[in-house]
Amino acid sequence: MRELRGIGASPGGAAGPVYRLAPPPALPPLVESVDPGAEKAAVRAAVLAVAADLTRRADTALDVTAAEVLRAQVMMAQDETLIDAADIAIDGGADAPHAITDVLAGHRAAFEAAGGYLAERVSDLDDLRDRLVAACLGLPMPGVPDPGHPYLLIARDLAPADTAGLEPGLVLGLITAEGGPTSHTAILARTLGIPAVVRCPGILDVTDGVLASLDGTSGVVVAGVSAETVTTVNADRLAEIDRRARSRGPGRTADGHPIALLANIGSARDLTGEVEGVGLFRTELLYLDRSDPPSHEEQVTAYRDVFAALPGRKIVVRTLDAGADKPLPFLRLADEPNPALGIRGLRVARQTPSVLTTQLAAIAAAAAATDADVWVMAPMVATAAEAAAFTESCREHGLPTAGVMIEVPAAALRASQVLRHADFLSVGTNDLSQYTFAADRMCGDLADLLDPWQPALIALLASCAAAGVEAGKPVGVCGESAADPDFALVLAGLGITSLSMAPRSIPAVRESLAQHTLDECRQIAEAALAAPSPEAARAAAAGASRQLRIGDGVSVR
Amino acid sequence: MPTRTVLVGSASGLHARPAALFVAEAAKQPVLVTIRSGDKKPVPARSMLAVLSLGAKKGTEVTLEADGDGAQAAVDTLADLLERDLDAVDA
Repeated sequence: MRELRGIGASPGGAAGPVYRLAPPPALPPLVESVDPGAEKAAVRAAVLAVAADLTRRADTALDVTAAEVLRAQVMMAQDETLIDAADIAIDGGADAPHAITDVLAGHRAAFEAAGGYLAERVSDLDDLRDRLVAACLGLPMPGVPDPGHPYLLIARDLAPADTAGLEPGLVLGLITAEGGPTSHTAILARTLGIPAVVRCPGILDVTDGVLASLDGTSGVVVAGVSAETVTTVNADRLAEIDRRARSRGPGRTADGHPIALLANIGSARDLTGEVEGVGLFRTELLYLDRSDPPSHEEQVTAYRDVFAALPGRKIVVRTLDAGADKPLPFLRLADEPNPALGIRGLRVARQTPSVLTTQLAAIAAAAAATDADVWVMAPMVATAAEAAAFTESCREHGLPTAGVMIEVPAAALRASQVLRHADFLSVGTNDLSQYTFAADRMCGDLADLLDPWQPALIALLASCAAAGVEAGKPVGVCGESAADPDFALVLAGLGITSLSMAPRSIPAVRESLAQHTLDECRQIAEAALAAPSPEAARAAAAGASRQLRIGDGVSVR
Repeated sequence: MPTRTVLVGSASGLHARPAALFVAEAAKQPVLVTIRSGDKKPVPARSMLAVLSLGAKKGTEVTLEADGDGAQAAVDTLADLLERDLDAVDA
């Protein structure tokens, strides 16, 4: 057994055989004196091996589209013209890896020249080339391994393309030699609920197939564990997931301070299990793929379905969040050079006020027909004046509780003024990060800037929470950050009153809050707020949390 | 020499699934069939890489040609396949 240390990046324990993500093979220098017969045989052997491996992957792929792409790749690998052309290149003096690379480069150029669909397929050709060259050189197949059973994925680091298709049932855990707690790997692992350890330098020395265990909280990795240990670690993990899934009750700190734990939903179907209420009801679904807006009656029916499912509970309805960044045909908006900075969210009402007024009337009618506690909020509010206009419109429609989403730094900085006109605030941390750091939410390469632990984001959250405390009005957070059990402690400590997230994320957050008093949360929030970087904020919060638990005489794992 | 010119019928063109079905059928034929788009060079119908490289879209005119015993039947089988919408065929 060998103990290695990294940084815990996604909590939980996992164990199993390790398999590495191999990098694409580098093309070695051309062999000087080529034996054409041996090189031609090497090409044929590589084709057989790669076709067999891709066929097995296609047979076991869960996704139909993925299986079809793999089968198309098998047909490309087995293509007779590929072998014929490679033979000609070998007769011209090339060795097997160079012959394959040259021939596929020709096809690649043809695909690119054709444009459109074919240009998008050049990555399939590149992947095929890497696999064939690796097979010729006796190297492991590049890309995410697929040993046909659950395993721990090990790698130097993972690119967004590598991780996009990871299956949580197959990849039990992730261990990388490089990266950090804010890397794309870490963020993705947390999103998928896969335990992960990053920056664990010795991990690449562990041979494929060796049994190992990882602790995604402490960062400890043990290589060479027994099969019994693997069984125990995975059983413990399943038991913990099961226990959390059964946890119930409202969110509160260890000393009983309530923090409402609400659900983000798009329709009544998303309401799974028991929830305290809904913190974000997205209404966009109703409007998608239509040439005309949904009618008043249609909207009343859809809203009533959701309201009726939660009698007496709070439901925060967000008015239509669409526009330049999420185009809807009936809005007939002109193309904009920079959709994220254009007519979207509440701004649509500048051009087409009827969309908003029809929606408010429908929400009011549905609310009157049920006894849910219906709140309404507008997306993309930037100024106090916009908040005032929206609230007034809600009042005119008989909607008593009107608030705004804080997604724009300008509104966060002036949260006190905004709250003079609004009944509550809800901070959308994903968009707020995007606008604060000028980093597109979809840009994987900028994932570190979109980390909710960025001190600038925490400072803006603190400004909103302080404004709420001062005004005696609720300030909630909806967005990915609210689902992070550690970040939830920071939010509670800042004075945030409710957290809204995907229903499946609620149990872990509930458990985390229940382990700390409000005063401890405040100390954790102060530590995070004072930190100079996301890494330091995480470490400071973890440090404060650990110290507080030691101080209480609670054992630390 | 048996020859037939048809329009590609598949919604996505001669890509992905339609191309795979076409190439697999061509490989089953007893004679070598070539496929040509416009005045470009004819390529073997049983080569996935070459067929994809035609970049044939729905409605593109392509010409099939073969020689030898069973050439007419092979060309007809593949031409009929090309004219159908293979994207609509059940998996």
